[in-house]
Amino acid sequence: MQVAKSDPLTGAQIVMRALEEEGVDTVFGFPGGAVLFLYDALYACSSIRHILVRHEQGAAHAADAYARATGKPGVCFATSGPGATNLVTGITNAYMDSVPMVAFTGQVSLDLLGRDSFQEADITGITLPVTKHNFLVKDVGDLARIIHEAFHIASTGRPGPVLVDLPKDVTAAKADFVWPPKMQLPGYRVPKNGHGVNVPQWVEVLSRSERPVIYAGGGVITSGASSELLKLAEKCQIPVTTTLMGKGCFPEDHFLSLGMLGMHGTAYANYAVTNCDLLIALGARFDDRVTGSIASFAPQAQVIHVDIDPAEIGKNVLVQIPVVGDVRQVLATVLPALPELKHEAWLAQVEEWKKQYPLRYERSDTQIKPQQVIESISNLADDQTIVCTDVGQHQMWAAQYYRARRPRTFISSGGLGTMGFGLPAGIGAQVGRPEANVWVIAGDGSLQMTVQELATITQHDLPVKIAIIDNGYLGMVRQWQELFCEGRYSHTRITGPDYVKLAEAYGIPGYRIEDPGQVREALEQAKAMEGPVILDFVVCCEENVFPMVPPGGSLTEMLGNGR
Amino acid sequence: MRHTLAVLVENRPGVLTRVAGLFSRRGYNIESLAVGTTEDPKVSRMTIVVDGDDHVIEQVCKQLYKLVDVIRLDDITHEEHVDRELILIKVDADPSTRGEIVQIVEIFRARIVDIGKDSLIIEATGDQGKINAIESALVPFGIREVVRTGKIAMVRGAKYRHE
Ligand SMILES: Cc1ncc(C[n+]2csc(CCOP(=O)(O)OP(=O)(O)O)c2C)c(N)n1
Repeated sequence: MQVAKSDPLTGAQIVMRALEEEGVDTVFGFPGGAVLFLYDALYACSSIRHILVRHEQGAAHAADAYARATGKPGVCFATSGPGATNLVTGITNAYMDSVPMVAFTGQVSLDLLGRDSFQEADITGITLPVTKHNFLVKDVGDLARIIHEAFHIASTGRPGPVLVDLPKDVTAAKADFVWPPKMQLPGYRVPKNGHGVNVPQWVEVLSRSERPVIYAGGGVITSGASSELLKLAEKCQIPVTTTLMGKGCFPEDHFLSLGMLGMHGTAYANYAVTNCDLLIALGARFDDRVTGSIASFAPQAQVIHVDIDPAEIGKNVLVQIPVVGDVRQVLATVLPALPELKHEAWLAQVEEWKKQYPLRYERSDTQIKPQQVIESISNLADDQTIVCTDVGQHQMWAAQYYRARRPRTFISSGGLGTMGFGLPAGIGAQVGRPEANVWVIAGDGSLQMTVQELATITQHDLPVKIAIIDNGYLGMVRQWQELFCEGRYSHTRITGPDYVKLAEAYGIPGYRIEDPGQVREALEQAKAMEGPVILDFVVCCEENVFPMVPPGGSLTEMLGNGR
Repeated sequence: MRHTLAVLVENRPGVLTRVAGLFSRRGYNIESLAVGTTEDPKVSRMTIVVDGDDHVIEQVCKQLYKLVDVIRLDDITHEEHVDRELILIKVDADPSTRGEIVQIVEIFRARIVDIGKDSLIIEATGDQGKINAIESALVPFGIREVVRTGKIAMVRGAKYRHE
């Protein structure tokens, strides 16, 4: 253990030193009274870049996307009370998608705690169900240890957000800085790598299978298992479908790729899963948007489920071969033992489905189709391009028509489905990966939820490209109203500002595109421009996302299939 | 089926909320929860009785085990264990019924711990069956108040080691 020889530091200085020790180079945040000393220490800290957002929700989403883009934990700061509560949606979003994040919130001084003091909120209580763990620091002497524990918990095992609540007087009090501190986490267990992996059993089950499918989720990206996944798929000739969170873990231009499965998945992915005799689930959690009706999900399949979180195994579906562990480690263990396999008949069947039920939409010469915009972005993108989406129809079209080829290049709010995620996510991704082209695919409804972050883009010179899929509706809800409420569009018509003028107000070039013939050119020009751009694509307003499995239906009962 | 879980947790503020909150937000029903410190002052032990089918119990255990503050968890339902609950019952008692009540108390090896003008407080410990039995035996006299601790339990034989 290394003991500091220098003078004691204030709590705020300890936070900065600890962040440096954890390798943090960027913090997203918004100041306030309770974090006054924290920001004062930040002022003196040259190694940490602070991105000032316009609303704390933006800080949390940006930190979240920073983590997804880089693989490092995202960090955000907020003041007590309203600052802290504004973080909650972003923290929940990170929790649902298992994103490593450490959120620091200011808190009133210890002597004021629990008295409904000015700007006091019980943020550890509020975030209890949406954090992996949280801490209220009561003694400056515990601070370095707690921060170390927070980063450890956030980034190991199944990652997730951890909140550290910092009373103002704790940030002012002094203590010696001891690093690394001794962790006190007797109850924190990270599953051993590949616990319970039975290699001969895998060999047997895989060799016997005639119609295998791999179902890959976000865990593949988290564990960095993409190349192992590719090897597995190619060696054993198994088609791969991914979840929304798994997009990019397997190259979507590969002949074995089935794209996404589930409610808005491809028909061929859904048919393949329904007809498979072996489902290899890797780092995926059988979300209801993926499975539809559980009873008819992969009814003929034996299921292998690999997940680092034991609680996910057997939670939603019956699993014959459970493996608790890191996907990469598990695959690395079994891969050498697996034989090279061929499934010619099965792959031919899959190919047949791909031909018979491709993703398709009706093109138009007069109106821009949202799918066309996304297809064009996909065609323009290189392997390093990162796409961040908002939530709604445009998100699902992006999932369908954007071909992600690399992990950490498709960033979307999966588990929580948070409108307003896209723009701050674009900020976080761009800050984390400054060399990458970052596109935000935004809905006009979603964008308006966090639109103030345009100022953040300007202030920090971020070259984020924003494509608004502007249909004048809360489109996804409108689609449900059309399909399930006899077309009664209750409060889903939504107006927006003039986005070109809005862009201008923020000092960003903005263009409106209404002609389908100009989509490609507008995107190319935007890509060529140095700074940020806003492209307002006025699209056909009543387009629907198909295919669609109605909620609770079975995967083969897709609306809009085989049109 | 009813399961008895023995859970060792860190003796820290907020632990009870974490455990109880997990049950409520995932829709599991706690039948009883008793908590107290152990021979190690840094560690508390909770005895949780929860009802549910195998699938629910498995999820309860896995989710509990994920909590950073949970050091060890054992489902001791099928292990040989001793369990006890304490009950205090305030029952109507006028001179005409007192004798009968005293008899019941003796049969159950319970104790009278307070005598009021027209009531008695009875204390009993035992497994749930016994506690339920004494409670129902006293119902005819008129029960005014009942308070039960919930079950605590300990596995017979060699001590659990918590690594
Ligand atoms: C914060 C939040 N509020 C409400 C919803 C419910 N919701 C899901 S999609 C959607 C419509 C989104 O509209 P828009 O951003 O314009 O995208 P579009 O569907 O039109 O592409 C709504 C309201 C949500 N997901 N998140």
